[in-house]
Amino acid sequence: MRYAETGYNLEIDLSRGNIERVASNPEDSQLYLGGLGTNAKIMWDRVAPEVEAFSPNNLLIFGTGLLCGTPAIGCNRTIVTTISPVNQLLAFSMMGGFWAPELKYAGYDKVILRGKSPDLVYIWIKDDKVEIRDASHLRGKGAIETAKLICEELKEPKAQVAAIGMAGENRVYFASIEQGRSSASRGGLGAVMGDKGVKAIVVRGTKDIHTARPAEFVGLCNEVLQYIQFREKNPIPGVMAILSGLGSPQEMKTHDEKWHTENFMWGNSRERRKDFWTDQIAEDWTSTMKGMQTRLISCYNCPMKCGATISPPDKPTYMMKCFSKLTYTMAAFSDLQFGLGIAQAATEYGVDGFSAPQVMAFALELLADGILTDDDFPGMPEDNEGRFYWLLDHIVRREGIGDVLANGTYWAAKQIGNGAEKYAHNTIKKTEQLPLKLSMLNPIYFLMYATGEKLNITQIEGQFPQAPFPTREERETFVKDWFQVPDEKFKQYFLDWEPRGDNSIPFYPTPAMCCDIVDWQERMHYIDDALGMCAGLSSFPLKPPYHIHNYPKFISAGAGFAMDEESLTKAAKRYRTLVRAINTTRGVRRKDDKPPENHWKKRFPDLEKELLDTYYAFKGWNEQGIPTEEALRNLGLDYVYEEFEKRGVYSDNGDAPSETTPAETGKEV
Amino acid sequence: MATEKKIVKTIKINADLCNGCRACEMICSAFHAEPKYSSNNPARSRVQVLRHPLEDIYIPVYAGESAGAECAGRGVYVIDGKEYEECAFCRSPCPSREDFKEPDSGLPLKCDMCEGEEEPLCVKWCITDALVLEVREEEVEVVEEQEMLDIGLASLIEKHGKQKVMDAVARMSASTKSLK
Repeated sequence: MRYAETGYNLEIDLSRGNIERVASNPEDSQLYLGGLGTNAKIMWDRVAPEVEAFSPNNLLIFGTGLLCGTPAIGCNRTIVTTISPVNQLLAFSMMGGFWAPELKYAGYDKVILRGKSPDLVYIWIKDDKVEIRDASHLRGKGAIETAKLICEELKEPKAQVAAIGMAGENRVYFASIEQGRSSASRGGLGAVMGDKGVKAIVVRGTKDIHTARPAEFVGLCNEVLQYIQFREKNPIPGVMAILSGLGSPQEMKTHDEKWHTENFMWGNSRERRKDFWTDQIAEDWTSTMKGMQTRLISCYNCPMKCGATISPPDKPTYMMKCFSKLTYTMAAFSDLQFGLGIAQAATEYGVDGFSAPQVMAFALELLADGILTDDDFPGMPEDNEGRFYWLLDHIVRREGIGDVLANGTYWAAKQIGNGAEKYAHNTIKKTEQLPLKLSMLNPIYFLMYATGEKLNITQIEGQFPQAPFPTREERETFVKDWFQVPDEKFKQYFLDWEPRGDNSIPFYPTPAMCCDIVDWQERMHYIDDALGMCAGLSSFPLKPPYHIHNYPKFISAGAGFAMDEESLTKAAKRYRTLVRAINTTRGVRRKDDKPPENHWKKRFPDLEKELLDTYYAFKGWNEQGIPTEEALRNLGLDYVYEEFEKRGVYSDNGDAPSETTPAETGKEV
Repeated sequence: MATEKKIVKTIKINADLCNGCRACEMICSAFHAEPKYSSNNPARSRVQVLRHPLEDIYIPVYAGESAGAECAGRGVYVIDGKEYEECAFCRSPCPSREDFKEPDSGLPLKCDMCEGEEEPLCVKWCITDALVLEVREEEVEVVEEQEMLDIGLASLIEKHGKQKVMDAVARMSASTKSLK
């Protein structure tokens, strides 16, 4: 008997139309937990480093977290894993919503897609019945529209749908997979789904999920519920409103956007507008949001209301959360009315809300500077907002210049040439980043940007305050009830951290302290990604209800295998190292571990070298960022070491040029 | 007529506050699992959230008395411009729909307000306060049990005759199976 998980995966070969229900190895659950952990193990075992994103041999895995479908509050994430068309590295974006628990109730832990369907299809899973169905009538339909049409044609209003829009169908490198109020957006997962010819995966489940020690498990859930209520009543003082509570940053219910609009960059991540937020704008934007927002909404089994239903004038209703509220507005130097309107189209097309606006702003910057000309944009409207709609439409259809831009700023710049590369200035490992440009190097963030393999800062940061509090008194108050720390030393690091003087950035926290801090932050995200827990109740906010001290209890009472802080930490390190190993075999080396050149104005090459050296050593990686034999053997990853030796990865410092053409033209293996 | 005090438990459902998370469904099914909390499955829940996010429809509905047959006619409500499907507000397990039935056996389910708990678990887990328990005391008329029995028997005798009723009682007394 398996607890918390079902013990079965659905293996679907799209080339042959074959569907199998396959039992998974219970030992793997103990070693790699579930979600990202077991996804990574499957990718290592079955997808060789030579396999490119758009090869039929690439897998697209929809993995539920180990505790999805149990009563654990907020545990609803699907971890989608594949090889990214952007950089041919492991992509693992997550989505909340309702899909993962539904799949568990249908009796499966993962859906593993391989091959390619000759025609556009959708997959319909209802408990034991699984079908591959024709989706030709859904070609070109929006992702949300598709979900609605499928539920109607199946007469299954309670089915949960993960679908792609036109961007995914046309293999746009920043295409997302949309699921109601959530999406898996980073790394071009939607493009791989489109390449495989799958428009949607539709699930309805009516089976039981068991826990090993039920009374204990529900007791733990009740503690979490109480703590959430305590935190609702006790926001953290001294940090901005969107970060003082739990959940994703509360941008649907918070109308004060002074911090984002004045600290993040506008346009192609270029311009900071320090006095932007006036009373008039506050009033206008609040009334825009209130006028379009019908309700604050949640994911499965979670009381946090991070999302909202938005009805822009004369457009269909859609759902959004978090920072996509502002990305289009700020990329276009426009207002919230425009941002919420174009986000509707973008959600139906299914594009990443971080990358898409930046790609469009990048194109218009190239036009303004004469690298692209009016001839490249035939028929584009004159007005600023109209241009963004025009560009979005051309990108998702891959028409004209849109076909070039659909590969993201990195590849588009290479293809355009003529100095365009300088304009693709905000990428890490070829992936567009949040539009942030700051002054003084922050050593903690340097390490996270350089080594974070999710390529999204919000999915590695958290728990530790982003900046020191001004006075020691405030810091003392903060650490008083900070029981989530894995070790008391973290309190001291924070107490001694000053905004100015000897104990301030970039030299404090010291490299050794930074290693501890970054490792803790990353560890909690990796645990969430294996359990299926939303980062908004765990790794992201300050003082969350889930932490390293109660997680082992949840796992052992839920899944029934022995777990303590040490073994959980080791498990997380094991699959985190496996993620690194997969990317190592795909060529990632020290030269790739770096933030955008202009992320900070004040850089410190010697300190940065020391930070990276110290962190690599701390992680058990060599000076190239490759996990060492000793580290691999300690984690029971001997098979990785053997493969490394066979492939000679330790003698490859990455000087040979990696692929220089976009995957679009790449060969299929 | 004599009266007595009766405790009436009501769940006040503020659909405007519902965030659509379905925690109520999950914990209901877990509470009613055997052994308690050993499994969960929202399809077994005695509360179902009628949920259409794009139409802004969020209605938690509780399972009530089972209906043996479908309604002869049905109604569709339109409230504040939102159209609610047939059966939207109905609490009855019935042949016309899947809700409020055990998914494997098809047996009807009924909300029991989580007997023995301080408050129904759906209320406890709904910290957005869409579900709130209200308890009030009511004076109700007490009908004597003997009086009820006499009325019942008299009507049976009128319909079937005294002998048939006496035979039936005698037969039922002999069979332990049909006596509770």
